[in-house]
Amino acid sequence: MGNSIWQNMQQKGYSRRDFLQFCATAATVAGFGKSGVAQVVSAFEKKEKPAVVWMHFQECTCCSESFIRASHPIVADALLDVLSLNYTETLMAPSGFQAEKSLSDTLKNNKGKYIVLVEGAVPTKDDGVYCMIGGKTAESILQTVAADAAAIVAWGSCASNGCVQAAKPNPTGATPIYKLVDKPVINVPGCPPIADVMMAVVTHLLVVGQVPALDSQGRPKEFYGRRVHDTCYRRANYDAGLFVESWDDDGARKGYCLYKMGCKGPVTYNACSVVKWNEGTSYPIQSGHNCIGCSEAGFWDNGPFYQHLASFPGFGVESTADTVGTVVGVATLAGVAAHVVATNVRKRKVIAEVHAEDQKES
Amino acid sequence: MTRVVVDPVTRIEGHLRVEAVVENGVITDAFSSGTMIRGLEKILIGRDPRDAWAITERVCGVCTTVHALASVRSVEDSLGISVPPTAELIRNIMLTTQYVQDHVIHFYHLHALDWVDIVNALKADPKKAAEIAQSFSKWDKNTPAYFTGVQDKIKQFAASGLGIFANGYWGHPAYKLPPEVNLIAVAHYLDALEWQKQIVKIHAVFGGKNPHPNYLVGGVPCSINLNEVAAINSERLNLVSQLISQADEFINQVYIPDLLAVASFYKDWSKYGGGLHNYLCYGEFPTKGYNHPEAFKYARGAVLNRDLSTVHPVNPRDSQEIKEYIASSWYTYAEGDNVGIHPWAGETQIKYSGPKPPFETLEGFSKYSFLKTPRWKENPMEVGPLARLLVSYASGHTDVQELVKDTLGKLGVPVDALFSTLGRTAARGLDAALAMIWLKEFFGELMGRVKINEVSTFNGEKWDPKTWPAESEGVGLVEAPRGALAHWIKIKNGAIDNYQLVVPTTWNGSPRDASQQRSSFEAALIGTPVAKIDEPVEIIRTIHSFDPCLACAVHLYDPQGRHLNQVSFE
Repeated sequence: MGNSIWQNMQQKGYSRRDFLQFCATAATVAGFGKSGVAQVVSAFEKKEKPAVVWMHFQECTCCSESFIRASHPIVADALLDVLSLNYTETLMAPSGFQAEKSLSDTLKNNKGKYIVLVEGAVPTKDDGVYCMIGGKTAESILQTVAADAAAIVAWGSCASNGCVQAAKPNPTGATPIYKLVDKPVINVPGCPPIADVMMAVVTHLLVVGQVPALDSQGRPKEFYGRRVHDTCYRRANYDAGLFVESWDDDGARKGYCLYKMGCKGPVTYNACSVVKWNEGTSYPIQSGHNCIGCSEAGFWDNGPFYQHLASFPGFGVESTADTVGTVVGVATLAGVAAHVVATNVRKRKVIAEVHAEDQKES
Repeated sequence: MTRVVVDPVTRIEGHLRVEAVVENGVITDAFSSGTMIRGLEKILIGRDPRDAWAITERVCGVCTTVHALASVRSVEDSLGISVPPTAELIRNIMLTTQYVQDHVIHFYHLHALDWVDIVNALKADPKKAAEIAQSFSKWDKNTPAYFTGVQDKIKQFAASGLGIFANGYWGHPAYKLPPEVNLIAVAHYLDALEWQKQIVKIHAVFGGKNPHPNYLVGGVPCSINLNEVAAINSERLNLVSQLISQADEFINQVYIPDLLAVASFYKDWSKYGGGLHNYLCYGEFPTKGYNHPEAFKYARGAVLNRDLSTVHPVNPRDSQEIKEYIASSWYTYAEGDNVGIHPWAGETQIKYSGPKPPFETLEGFSKYSFLKTPRWKENPMEVGPLARLLVSYASGHTDVQELVKDTLGKLGVPVDALFSTLGRTAARGLDAALAMIWLKEFFGELMGRVKINEVSTFNGEKWDPKTWPAESEGVGLVEAPRGALAHWIKIKNGAIDNYQLVVPTTWNGSPRDASQQRSSFEAALIGTPVAKIDEPVEIIRTIHSFDPCLACAVHLYDPQGRHLNQVSFE
């Protein structure tokens, strides 16, 4: 116990050069650029492996699957050496009683120091019976793990904004994490989030030792500060008025802009067109499909995916999520989505109000 | 008599609870319970059918793509759309890729730790491990230095608390592998983690990202143009070709040899976990279109009573064949809780009647799961790789027959050995090997079509909802990696009128039906030995042999759009 990441790497036979390479990549991925490398190196040399628990509630496990796609230089080691990942139902060896022990031991032995990563929304209707683990509700488990957490990260759209189960009519009262806990939550939306973004957020927590700069929706600015549209390589086609008019038409075969096919890139804040997916292999628009806006709160209720946006505000690259806000799209952001605003600490009272309004609307 | 509760069952997708009754060291009864529900079918009502693939794809991120495919097929079936052959090939490439990736992940990252003792690998002689590995595989990484490095890594990891491997059942008497084979498996566990992120780049090429690549009603969203940098061009096809070659090596030089090596030490597990005697497969990998199942790579049909001399035809449109029961599920039906209903006519109203959480046991509750219970002609059916192989074997598919016979010969076990926990795990490996062969074949055919410029990837005749009939219905069948998957859709005035999914883990993991017949998980656990009731690795072993996916298995739906969320505590 108690080894720094650098000590661990030395014992595993990595050279100092390997280590510096690892730090450089970690820093680049984390968005620090070259000037941040020294900072990364010193953090990894000194810090012990932080204890991490990864909770699974109402989710599809796409966040876990995405995380293991990270293009980290030593990705198989990330799980073993960078973090002390003591609880994740997807990969951990023990089940049942022994699994619960792994969780309770971690909370007890790392009070105030462990990091909670949450995948999935929490159903709050009907006393929480729509998600139970070990006979306990997801909500009660969340409160237990959140109580002494050093930081809480909400992975993906489920944990950040409710995602698909919270789409109208939200049958189970699926609720994002920030509305349920009494401390700041780092929201990392996307369905799933990009693997390298996930790894980078974890790295950022390790390096700086504090929550990264967040926008008004609790998203790290380093990855959610630009619209997909503004950094899209097809943007020039948009500006020139060259559009795909029908799937696989001449424009599609020439890689024209997908705006008329319903692309939500103009109203979606994410790093897809910069970081890209699967070690930079592609991103949805590059492979011919419009962006469906999967990292935006309430995106399932923002109108059909193939209906093009009538207009969108904040045209320039300089616009950020803070200035444009969430008032976008062709359809009204009704129900739960309308309440996904600026605050990071909301509680049951709000949830009750949301549900009451949902009932009225339906 | 002891009631053993395992919750959470880990190394699966989703939330599963198993309660097993153990008498004199053997399981005599078992209860499988899905404890999470999201309500996606309710959410689908009233939406654009062309959007349904994206919503249903979010059912599961582990077997990503399969629901998207079932969904676009259901809409195309409903509207009479046939997709261009090039698009069909790309879909086949996507799905075979998913088989290969998903099965490797399952074997190493979800299932292996039931057979492989990580801590015991510390006792291995790396030199001997290299000799053993080289005796059954040509993979050039299997050197003494490599195994020494992995062993050092585990040593270091063990000293720092074991992380995800902490509190495992290490040293349990049910672990039988020699230290060297444990070390080989652990080494390849780590390699597989690295490899899996390569193979899924095929999804990123054609679908933009993985997990959750993009699909399209009427074809696929990507366009092919060898004279354009922003389309599927030579560079993209080269990448896919290389990824396929790498995958071929990993499947045939790592996964299959490891599977056979591990299986050879666990032949006694060909006696346990057989469970049901009935197997269902919808058939998969169309070569002449979705409406020609006779030309599928895997045959469609059912095998009853393990009788491989007869394959029964399966018709998913017949209201008398597939029905869902809720006799033991937390729902209620208008006609009473003991009737079965075909998915096109289904109804569902959640009615949780289990214990109020927190609770210790579900004992004494006649309803005990959010999973419904599907039946084919009233029979409980096993679905998955084993069912696929058996139905195609019985249908006379020679490629399947030869591979099965060859593998049984290598292990020196009779055909009956297939009907077991071990047989199910071995079948998954053969399923991956076949998918690998077909992936290469489909890619070769795609290249052939590119060469003659037959590159259309979309049929737009029925894209515009104005061209649709006022009402239509369809069914989208897919053999997902975990087994028979179907989406039933009804479209009315351009919107989804109702939508129902019956997924592999609903078949396998469901609770008892109205006649108290058990489904696959429960049936397979009976007769399984449990050496230590506080460390029930044997239960996990058999459950994992099905590769459960619980997020897929639980859903709710209501064709009338009634308010569904009343829960009563009885």
